[in-house]
Amino acid sequence: MTTTTQPQTTAGSVRVDRDRGRAMLAVGLALVALVALAAAPYFIGPGITTDWGNLFYLVTLASMWNLLAGYAGMLSVGQQGFIGLGAYGVFVFNDRGVNPYLSAVIAAAVVAAIAFPVSYLAFRLRGGYFAIGTWVIAEVMRQIIVRFESLGAGKGRTISAYTEDPILRKAYTYWLALGVMAVALAAGYALLRSRTGLALQSIRDNEPAAGAVGIRVSRVKRLVFIASAAGCAAAGAVICIRSLGVAQPNEIFGVGYSAIMIFAVVIGGIGTIEGPVVGAVVYYLLDKYFGQSGVWYFVGLGLVAILVTLFLPKGIWGELASRWHLSLLPVGYRTRSTPHPTGWLTARDHRP
Amino acid sequence: MTPQPGGTAPILELVDVGKSFGDLRVIERVSLAVPSGQALGVVGPNGAGKSTLLNVIAGQERASRGSVHLDGADVTRRSPDERCRLGIGRSYQIPRPFTHLTVFENALVAAQYGGRLRGKAAQAAALDALAVAGLLPASNVPSGQLPLLGRKRMEMARALATQPRLLLLDEIAGGLTEAEADELVGTISSLKRTGINIIWIEHVVKALVQVVDRLVCLASGVLIKDGAPDEVLKSEEVLRVYLGSELE
Ligand SMILES: Nc1ncnc2c1ncn2[C@@H]1O[C@H](COP(=O)(O)OP(=O)(O)OP(=O)(O)O)[C@@H](O)[C@H]1O
Ligand SMILES: [Mg+2]
Repeated sequence: MTTTTQPQTTAGSVRVDRDRGRAMLAVGLALVALVALAAAPYFIGPGITTDWGNLFYLVTLASMWNLLAGYAGMLSVGQQGFIGLGAYGVFVFNDRGVNPYLSAVIAAAVVAAIAFPVSYLAFRLRGGYFAIGTWVIAEVMRQIIVRFESLGAGKGRTISAYTEDPILRKAYTYWLALGVMAVALAAGYALLRSRTGLALQSIRDNEPAAGAVGIRVSRVKRLVFIASAAGCAAAGAVICIRSLGVAQPNEIFGVGYSAIMIFAVVIGGIGTIEGPVVGAVVYYLLDKYFGQSGVWYFVGLGLVAILVTLFLPKGIWGELASRWHLSLLPVGYRTRSTPHPTGWLTARDHRP
Repeated sequence: MTPQPGGTAPILELVDVGKSFGDLRVIERVSLAVPSGQALGVVGPNGAGKSTLLNVIAGQERASRGSVHLDGADVTRRSPDERCRLGIGRSYQIPRPFTHLTVFENALVAAQYGGRLRGKAAQAAALDALAVAGLLPASNVPSGQLPLLGRKRMEMARALATQPRLLLLDEIAGGLTEAEADELVGTISSLKRTGINIIWIEHVVKALVQVVDRLVCLASGVLIKDGAPDEVLKSEEVLRVYLGSELE
């Protein structure tokens, strides 16, 4: 079955390249950016950094949805359930004397633990049923939370013990939002470069075949489901702390968050690491400059979504990346034949 | 299962296996033991239940009755991924590539999970499997862009990368030119010589008989003939089910 027309290559003469250099460069640049952003509160007024915090949690949310849908093929419209739990988790631990920032971290961990049994429920459903099922689960979570008098019942509530000094408080909140985003992005990238990343993409592309090559499909999906829940919970906690509480349980548990995540991921480019970041920035800018325009704002969002899906079906980043063969954060593998490092073998080595 | 008098258990044994989809009985009470080292060919008309039988062996479908044994161990209730890690590698009749992954990555993930290999060992195993299937030059091509023949080769490469003891092949010779079919025969024969047990479902009987030691014919879910390849092909029962004569 060997192709006789091609030069003979043996497996032994092939080198496997993971683009480690480029990956390290990207990680290095990201670290520089992280340090610069972390230093921002010392140089820039709290008004602006608070606004950036908005972007940070949007990036976090979009990345978490992308991890689920873009890499594991799980189209959830129920991540708001975990956002809401994360937000309310802040009250639970803050009321017990923990500062709100640490409460956010604990809440994310607890929500990860809650997501474990929830995954057994959700994974009984496939495709569209999974989507609807996750939405229903999010609704159930809201219904349970609003039963608690201590959590403000159905009316929302405020954080009881927070940092008094407004400047410090804003700086801490900003660092929390930045830290959550950085961890979400770094963990996502590490996961995708790992063995599990390959398994995830296999499951997304063909679940039965993934099982047939030995992948424990449910276990890998569960891992991602839990990680995504934790990320969404952390973002929910950030949202809560930013506004010193939850005004409306209906809003923090609202399906609107799913719409935002899907919008950002689809606009930016699903199934890439960079795409959701780009999409979140686009959404952030649209929201910032047109968010007050009432109904026209939603018409505009819809138009952007339609135009992008029509003319840039892979999303903004996806389209750029495939046109220019860009990848800031390589996750894949390339093989190179050592005797012909730039010959016919590498001529086709690009991704879709 | 009870150990064979000779000592080693058959690599695969089906005991009274049946498979129904609702009221539709696709496999009826099939019993079959494949001794280690024997390459088995499976023929049968369209819709006979060949692919379903393969699914029951590899675990994609669970037997409605009876049991499946791999190397003496009952695997009837094992999941497909467990069976793969236990040594069953399969190809799909209709290829199921991981379309967004490259050809190499498809083989690599199979070596990492099914073959339980790590790092360089997994990469080497993936490259070897691609070399056997003649896909090395296409390593970096996104598998979704492969033409059908390439996808079929990749099915075999991916199954091989899982380091199987038992390799299940489902119609991989269809559409090949004579020269290509000869190469395929050579490839599978050499796999057999390396000690991999092979069960090969194939309509291209001419290629099949050059490799297999034994042939069974499945018709309407029943094993109607079992024996040496040329005997089976000449038998009246087999000729009768092939009245339309797809036998090449
Ligand atoms: N999941 C399923 N649900 C219902 N019926 C099925 C299912 N899978 C297979 N069948 C039916 O079982 C029968 C046998 O199918 P199978 O694919 O095993 O045949 P085959 O021998 O492989 O045929 P071919 O040579 O065409 O590949 C067919 O009638 C098919 O329609
Ligand atoms: Mg078939």
